[in-house]
Amino acid sequence: MKTSTFIYKNRKLLFLIIFFGMGASVMAQQISNDTTDLQMNMDAVYNRPFLQAGSFPVALGGYVEAHGQYFVTDGISEGISFKIPRMTLFVSSSILDRIKFLSEIEFEEGTKEINIEFAALDFEFHPLFNLRGGIIMNPIGAFNQNHDGPNWEFVDRPISATTIIPSTFSNVGFGFHGKTYQKQWVWAYEAYVTNGFNDQIIANSEGRTWLPAAKENVDRFEENFNAVPLVTLKTAIRHRQIGEIGLSWMGDVYNKYEEDGLVLDTKRRLDVFAVDFNTTIKKKVNITGEWVWAFLNIPDTYSQQFGTQQQGGFVDVVYSIIKRKMLGWENARVNLAVRLEHVDYNVGSFNETRGTIHDDLQAIVPAISFRPSAQTVIRANYRYMWETDLLGNPPVKTAGIEIGVSSYF
Amino acid sequence: MINVKIKYLALVFLVPLFFYSCDEVFPEAPAENELLDGPMEDLAYSEQNRFLAGDVAFNDEVFTPENGLGPIFVATSCGSCHPGDGKGHPFTTLTRFGQTSPNQSNNIPPGAPQLQNRAIPGFEPERLPSGVPFMKFTPPAVTGLGLLAVLTDAQILENADPNDDDGDGISGVPNYITPPDYFQPQWFHQSFSGKYIGRFGKKAAAIDLLQQTATAYNQDMGVTSTFEPLDVATNLSVDPEVSDQTIRDVVFYLRTLKAPIQRESDASDVIRGQQIFTDIKCGSCHIPSWTTPESDIGALSNKTFYPYTDLLLHNMGPGLDDGATEGSAETYEWRTPPLWGLGLSQDSQGGELFLMHDGRAKTIKEAINMHGGEASISRDSFEQLSETDKQKLLTFLKSL
Repeated sequence: MKTSTFIYKNRKLLFLIIFFGMGASVMAQQISNDTTDLQMNMDAVYNRPFLQAGSFPVALGGYVEAHGQYFVTDGISEGISFKIPRMTLFVSSSILDRIKFLSEIEFEEGTKEINIEFAALDFEFHPLFNLRGGIIMNPIGAFNQNHDGPNWEFVDRPISATTIIPSTFSNVGFGFHGKTYQKQWVWAYEAYVTNGFNDQIIANSEGRTWLPAAKENVDRFEENFNAVPLVTLKTAIRHRQIGEIGLSWMGDVYNKYEEDGLVLDTKRRLDVFAVDFNTTIKKKVNITGEWVWAFLNIPDTYSQQFGTQQQGGFVDVVYSIIKRKMLGWENARVNLAVRLEHVDYNVGSFNETRGTIHDDLQAIVPAISFRPSAQTVIRANYRYMWETDLLGNPPVKTAGIEIGVSSYF
Repeated sequence: MINVKIKYLALVFLVPLFFYSCDEVFPEAPAENELLDGPMEDLAYSEQNRFLAGDVAFNDEVFTPENGLGPIFVATSCGSCHPGDGKGHPFTTLTRFGQTSPNQSNNIPPGAPQLQNRAIPGFEPERLPSGVPFMKFTPPAVTGLGLLAVLTDAQILENADPNDDDGDGISGVPNYITPPDYFQPQWFHQSFSGKYIGRFGKKAAAIDLLQQTATAYNQDMGVTSTFEPLDVATNLSVDPEVSDQTIRDVVFYLRTLKAPIQRESDASDVIRGQQIFTDIKCGSCHIPSWTTPESDIGALSNKTFYPYTDLLLHNMGPGLDDGATEGSAETYEWRTPPLWGLGLSQDSQGGELFLMHDGRAKTIKEAINMHGGEASISRDSFEQLSETDKQKLLTFLKSL
């Protein structure tokens, strides 16, 4: 859609945003976040900076990411290009005591894609028992919920968290979440039923099992593809001095096995398990990681290029080398970081040869970032990536530099 | 304060050191002779554009049930059978069956000529009829095909010797193929009672690259076109699932893919190996060089190239007789496969080698030893070579 057409079609929404924005700029005060160490990944959706205008019951926020990149793949470069992968607007409201609403609207790559990533009402009956309904982010792994660009030292999102877990993955549904703590420990859970996957995950232009293809179904916010809900469960535990570990699962029948009362196929399941963790060592080194496994029931008679098992993950190590006033910014930081990534899209062996099926990649991403404040980052990454095809032929090597900015606003 | 300065210094020095210490800050392109893909030299801008369109259709377009895959099929894209335009893997081996004698047109079992051994979810793949002889075809490399496509039938026939009149033990016959309706003979084609010389495929069953391409879309991916409109599952005509333009772009791509480039051709072992190749008469069938006539594509005109094939069928003996055939070929006859690109095969076959028509040979030496029939003399000569000379011959073959 052309930008001008988009602006015309959405002029009311834009006027509303401008109205709120101007109002906020006149009367706004920043709502401080809860920065206690009770915060967990599941709280990331609310743990964002918002601006609220006086007693106006609505608070606004958002973030933007932009970067330039230069990549070379086996000696061939597409040259330098610039990208605005996303600009996201948050609107939150405390409707009543213990009833709140938050929405997250994302504009990806200009206006190529516009998604409501989160739009849910929360009813707190008890800290351990909150009802949530609307468009929710399925709590699988940690990145899907804690994905805001300014939180990360890396320009690109982790590959496993966007191609096995199709972050940001959100669906319409309902569920419960809760949290409790005792001394140094905090425990939380989430449980939701939502609309879910569809059979495009094994029938897509990638030619591999590709869970993000489920997001191409534009009707998924309107109706469930096959009437079987996607169930997502997560539990996490945090020690205030040590860190957090989370275990999550989501499971669904992804295919259209029945229509108009006619049985078309057997029910074919998809199950995704994830473990995530984060810790801080001596308040200087942050380590964040996530590993995910996906298991699919795919007919034996379909092509083996569509993997029945996938796995992958990442580890980020961020070392804060300088933290002091710099260039007039209090609490500015310079961080060094590195990300290690591995994704195997097809775990298994060929029926014909018993040889290993590959279709995998590895990457290392050293990075340096400058943070004038915790909510704003200027970052430079160098990425080197090895991608091996299904057969295990010599890997395609890609390397490049990305320099970008990201900030809440 | 000193601590902060040290950190600054570390930052200033470590970052450039990282880039300096990394051998490949940006990965370099593999040498041109290490790759099979890429266009021929001297293509015009318009031809480069067309090459690119064909490249995208061949390597990037993946078929799904939504855009025409199946419902029964073998592979989902051209590139999945010919990775990097090279030889394929047993994962996408084709099973051909139906004809058990030359020119057979009756009693062809249903589902022939090719087994579609995969199916989209909810459908059943084809099963091979019980007791039917069949052949397995490992996908070949597709590079340099344009040069073979423009050779004249007269050039091919110059090497044919059906009755072995010269007494060298090598015959060589064309496979005469009944053309499909859409075949348009070019000036270099000759008609033999309505049949034409096949050049492509393990049995030389395809006359030109259009037939090869349209058939592959249909038989390998279950994708119909105006050229091959019958759905492989039902044998009924359905709407085209791939456009004429796409098929013609792919044909253009195949016509203009560069020929494999020999490596280390000046090395003494390679030169000696080439001499041995000639001495033991491998070159009687694997004819080293050809020269193209004038072509509608300038880059294909008057080019001398080195495919190591004669495009003719040869008796390869009972060990390679699968009991099935195509066109006018006997069940024991196989087209001489081009040897160019042989040394790069393992870069497209997942680090292993799957040679001969069905991938049964795991090394070049094994492949040589599987030669029978007309090739027995050369095979026996190879066996009698010293180990050093055998290695030199193999070194030469790997340089191709």
